[in-house]
Amino acid sequence: MNVLTPRPPLDLARVRAEFPILSQTIRGKPFVFLDSAASAQKPRAVIDAMVSAMETQYANVHRGLHWMSERTTDAYEAARDKVAAFLGAASREEIVFTASSTAAINLVAHSYGRGVLRPDQAVVISEMEHHANLVPWQMLRDERGVELRICPITDGGELDLAALERLLADGKVGLVSVTHMSNVLGTVTPGARIAELAHAHGALLLLDGSQAAVHRPVDVQALGCDFYVFTGHKLYGPTGIGVLWARRALLERMPPFLGGGDMIASVTFERSTWAEVPHKFEAGTPPILEAIGLGAAVDWVQSLGMDHVAAHEAALTEHALRRLADVPGLRVLGAAQDRGGVFSFTLEGGHAHDVATLLDRQGIAVRAGNHCAEPLMRRLGVDSTARASCGVYTTEGELDALAEGLETVRRFLA
Amino acid sequence: MLDDADAVRDLYSDAIRGHARRPAHRGRPEGADRQARGSNPMCGDRVDVFVRLDGEGKGAPRVAAAGFEARSCEVCAASADLMCGAVPGLGLEAVRGLAHMVGEMARTGDAAAVPAEALRPLSAVHEFPSRLRCVTLPWSALVEAMERNDG
Repeated sequence: MNVLTPRPPLDLARVRAEFPILSQTIRGKPFVFLDSAASAQKPRAVIDAMVSAMETQYANVHRGLHWMSERTTDAYEAARDKVAAFLGAASREEIVFTASSTAAINLVAHSYGRGVLRPDQAVVISEMEHHANLVPWQMLRDERGVELRICPITDGGELDLAALERLLADGKVGLVSVTHMSNVLGTVTPGARIAELAHAHGALLLLDGSQAAVHRPVDVQALGCDFYVFTGHKLYGPTGIGVLWARRALLERMPPFLGGGDMIASVTFERSTWAEVPHKFEAGTPPILEAIGLGAAVDWVQSLGMDHVAAHEAALTEHALRRLADVPGLRVLGAAQDRGGVFSFTLEGGHAHDVATLLDRQGIAVRAGNHCAEPLMRRLGVDSTARASCGVYTTEGELDALAEGLETVRRFLA
Repeated sequence: MLDDADAVRDLYSDAIRGHARRPAHRGRPEGADRQARGSNPMCGDRVDVFVRLDGEGKGAPRVAAAGFEARSCEVCAASADLMCGAVPGLGLEAVRGLAHMVGEMARTGDAAAVPAEALRPLSAVHEFPSRLRCVTLPWSALVEAMERNDG
């Protein structure tokens, strides 16, 4: 451990005070929320932005020629600017609002997968993908014959880059679609290196940033990827909104996914023409309030500074791994060099489900199960794990409570 | 710390844990010819239920023996073991009825809803709504195994 690690300049007490839910007690015990990787809690700024929009400034967007609609459209489009800056996009037109990361990946699988990829090409995913970055590609394979290749991970839970290179070697791969940070192992994948490898072999790269965008500064241009997706609710924003970033030229080549209002330039019974990007991909009334909430969430994390968030979580990760290593019979899955604050573990003599229930009775919320990554569970030789995950509000004291809670569980189940 | 009065102590009572840790009905009974797997993709619980039916060709078949293999939490394994002990002698309709009663008991906590006293410790799960499926999973698998060749 590096004792010289400077303390992050994050005022944790103030950060926590902005999350009303965290002041609750659960069964008379402090609420220790270690399930942020599933969905994060919401700060006052996000709650207020959404309530305020509903109370003072709400109508449908892009339609009404009236004051209220114009103001709402401004707020909705301002959220796009915020997200564009958050990801380092070249322009705001590269940001498509979707319902979730899952919806964003499905958009790419449908539009790029069916409209641009040829059936004789292949898609590469990894062994550690969330089902959201696996099932849409299986569906594409089954429908179009596109080959689906699986890049292995090492026993330590890192992407096997040598294997990736072999999978790319025949030049048939049109798209590599991998996680930027595993929701099970916490592994952060080397996005820029993967982009180089993919491009060297004529493939594009989609990074699933559902976890990564929450914990690290992301710059899509520095990464050099072609698609990047993340979701609002893990970034302290609301549910029901996700983001697809793609290079503008790429979005322009891609056919629409969903058809309907807002995505058209003109419609006759004979034919329709499509609106400019990004609106071409935003059919129907979009998630207006959710976009406003996401904009507020982005403002909020930017006000903390993503580098400060990352430093705080790096310190938490170090602390958690040290404390968990002291719990007898506990095994943390994955040992990637570059990892974030997500810890999946098994406890000898206790099934994950039992462990989670017994932690819950102590006020400690963790997730148990296969974490929407069944193939990864099989690869790791486990049926299910318990998972603790950190957010920006997580304290070292909460991780101590987890370690002590696990000691209690172990004694209880012994 | 866990409180002494915590409902979790009922869920992980000796009655439940004994069945989970030292099951009487683990494995495939001799002559078992029907089986079904219950899996809960949300949590990774998986239980295989094996059953041998008697009386085929002379009225409704009844369970002669039942067994299970589980890779599951303790609640699910205990439910499976208790089930395999409770169902011999029952036909499909009676098993369906009992499975329904166990499900209701798990949901409401009303132990009297189930005639078989041995099953009543499972009522403790009603305090843990996210664990209901752990109790009912083996029962659904048993019904499925029996239905499979029914008629």
